Amino acid sequence: MALSYLRSSSSRSANLLKPLSSSLPLRRHISTDTTPITVETSVPFTSHQCDAPSRSVETNPKELLTFFRDMALMRRMEIAADSLYKAKLIRGFCHLYDGQEAVAVGMEAAITKKDCIITSYRDHCTFIGRGGTLLEVFAELMGRQGGCSKGKGGSMHFYKKDSNFYGGHGIVGAQVPLGCGLAFAQKYSKDETVTFALYGDGAANQGQLFEALNISALWDLPAILVCENNHYGMGTAEWRAAKSPAYYKRGDYVPGLKVDGMDALAVKQACKFAKEHALKNGPIILEMDTYRYHGHSMSDPGSTYRTRDEITGVRQERDPIERIRKLILSHDLATEKELKDIEKEVRKEVDDTITQAKESPMPDPSELFTNVYAKGLGVESFGADRKELRASLP
Amino acid sequence: MAAIFQGVGAAAALSSLPSNSFDSNKSVFSPRRSFSVRKGASFAVVRSDGTVNLNPKGRRTQQLIPNAVATKADSAAASSSSKPGHELLLFEALLEGLEEEMERDPRVCVMGEDVGHYGGSYKVTKGLAKKFGDLRVLDTPIAENSFTGMGIGAAMTGLRPVVEGMNMGFLLLAFNQISNNCGMLHYTSGGQFTIPIVIRGPGGVGRQLGAEHSQRLESYFQSIPGIQMVACSTPYNAKGLMKAAIRSENPVILFEHVLLYNLKERIPDEDYICNLEEAEMVRPGEHVTILTYSRMRYHVMQAAKTLVNKGYDPEVIDIRSLKPFDLYTIGNSVKKTHRVLIVEECMRTGGIGASLTAAITENFNDYLDAPIVCLSSQDVPTPYAGTLEEVTVVQPAQIVTAVEQLCQ
Repeated sequence: MALSYLRSSSSRSANLLKPLSSSLPLRRHISTDTTPITVETSVPFTSHQCDAPSRSVETNPKELLTFFRDMALMRRMEIAADSLYKAKLIRGFCHLYDGQEAVAVGMEAAITKKDCIITSYRDHCTFIGRGGTLLEVFAELMGRQGGCSKGKGGSMHFYKKDSNFYGGHGIVGAQVPLGCGLAFAQKYSKDETVTFALYGDGAANQGQLFEALNISALWDLPAILVCENNHYGMGTAEWRAAKSPAYYKRGDYVPGLKVDGMDALAVKQACKFAKEHALKNGPIILEMDTYRYHGHSMSDPGSTYRTRDEITGVRQERDPIERIRKLILSHDLATEKELKDIEKEVRKEVDDTITQAKESPMPDPSELFTNVYAKGLGVESFGADRKELRASLP
Repeated sequence: MAAIFQGVGAAAALSSLPSNSFDSNKSVFSPRRSFSVRKGASFAVVRSDGTVNLNPKGRRTQQLIPNAVATKADSAAASSSSKPGHELLLFEALLEGLEEEMERDPRVCVMGEDVGHYGGSYKVTKGLAKKFGDLRVLDTPIAENSFTGMGIGAAMTGLRPVVEGMNMGFLLLAFNQISNNCGMLHYTSGGQFTIPIVIRGPGGVGRQLGAEHSQRLESYFQSIPGIQMVACSTPYNAKGLMKAAIRSENPVILFEHVLLYNLKERIPDEDYICNLEEAEMVRPGEHVTILTYSRMRYHVMQAAKTLVNKGYDPEVIDIRSLKPFDLYTIGNSVKKTHRVLIVEECMRTGGIGASLTAAITENFNDYLDAPIVCLSSQDVPTPYAGTLEEVTVVQPAQIVTAVEQLCQ
């Protein structure tokens, strides 16, 4: 097997220095190789009221492989969730993210865990990107104790406080003012971190978005509003819901950037740019041009308002995992077999985790009443037969 | 099984409600306590029956002031300089509480319309912007939905915002944020986030402010799980509740009343807080329990004067905590008097009184000698005309009639 190290900064040419191939398969240390590679994004960025960042993105084999593995994991997880839903182990609402994985992984590559992310109900993969485990995801989806919200939140309420993932919100658009509040808190505490508030093309028409944007621009908050434009707000195409579907321009005085959301490296570049911008100049809007293969949720077949040809077309031409796979193969960072092995390994991991999650118990009935209030100042005053008043002081 | 008692039309001549300054040195208004003040202590939690909790969990050895109220019910009129404490108006008490908490904890910030440079439409935040700066006292645009959401988002990270609705009615625009995010996030995140936010503002029926500016939001918010609701009625409990609400880890909605901002009372100089879940015993009695809150407390006390002259002995409790109800204090009172009258400013349908009636009936049915009577405002939008508006809310004469009928 050939090992290759790219020294030059040229793009996808096959100018590789190949040592003599031997019959011994040499162990490839791609997972730790950080030699820089420069890749061009698929399309240039379109900007509004700002200078677009360069098309050339710095990356390295380790990062590309991480992208591949993470996206494969997310894809597998979502498809497994699909099967679990059909097997009635997941009930209620289940909104799947497959097709949009590049946004989650690209964003993570550009920021730290100190930056905050808040998103809508399509949050399974964003949660994984923030460091959540597969077990927490599946247990929560099945309503078990081992879930990230102890089974009390469900698909739409994933949170991870220690890595600043603020959810996970069911009401369309309501997370954007929350996100601007997070940015306010960051500015208040002088953290030098930013908040990414994600929403969809359907939520882009909510009034509270513009209210929050106005306040963020007035107060110079480090808020980055990211519109994950998958072109359909449930069953309504964007051209039927928005007079101006150029969501990155909607901020008017707030700068915006349109990004190919199926290209993880473009997402990474845009998020890096946005973070620098927001820390200096206040809010910015990113529009991620992405696509979801599933319907809006599990109760939506996804084919009544769009053609199957369209879905397969996007899958063939723009699939984010395929793009990274082609990139890895063309740069000779791994072989097809190795990538397939990774996918098999991921599949096994998902299957094992599901088995493990199924064994997690349902929440105890007493959990119904926990976490309604935080115990703190005040007397416990439930019921009529308390014998004494107890007070605790802060 | 509660009898619904709506006195339609004020047949009796209504004594006009004294408007701006109440002299709370009168015995009718002040809670009865008769301890002496000790110096040098820092916190006190005084229960409504006058007793004090000393080191309840034994965690801290701090000297507690047993009596945190300086007013004496039966002292002769003395010069104000000899009395302990200081006199101020209710909005000043709120301001004082807010200012002390902002000094104590740098994470406390205030958000609202015109709270900063203007000083607050009811002067509750006067002077704070100059003292603490624009980052801690924030003038927002007129966008309740988003700035309430922003307050909640900030609270998720650990800040302690105090969000002001210029009028409680405007917070209807932020209902989604208050209900779904404020109330429920602690639960749906499995306990990861607490939302230590305080949402406050004036509500209630004022002086001919019109239907949209005379709303009683406590009845709309009372079902939201995860929030606490308190209503202040005197300068003493206004300051105490404000401080307790800011220190609480739970979201608290503090209901003030437009007509009570200029009440005057002498309050202690020392640091004190009022318990959020506790009711206040205004006037102990034997014949009937009258439960009330906010502005109606004063209508009730006025009716109580008439009732005392007629020979009745009403027990008046200001429930203060609208969610959860202090069923302990209320229960003890019901067990003593066996008759309950609820006087509230909410509308009859779905109001606080309706819930309270249900709660008392469920828990204390055996102790009741008569069905619970609930006097509420009429189920109508508040009209502009002064005479009509007066009839919309419960007046003291109706309270007197209700007690007389109840005690037959």
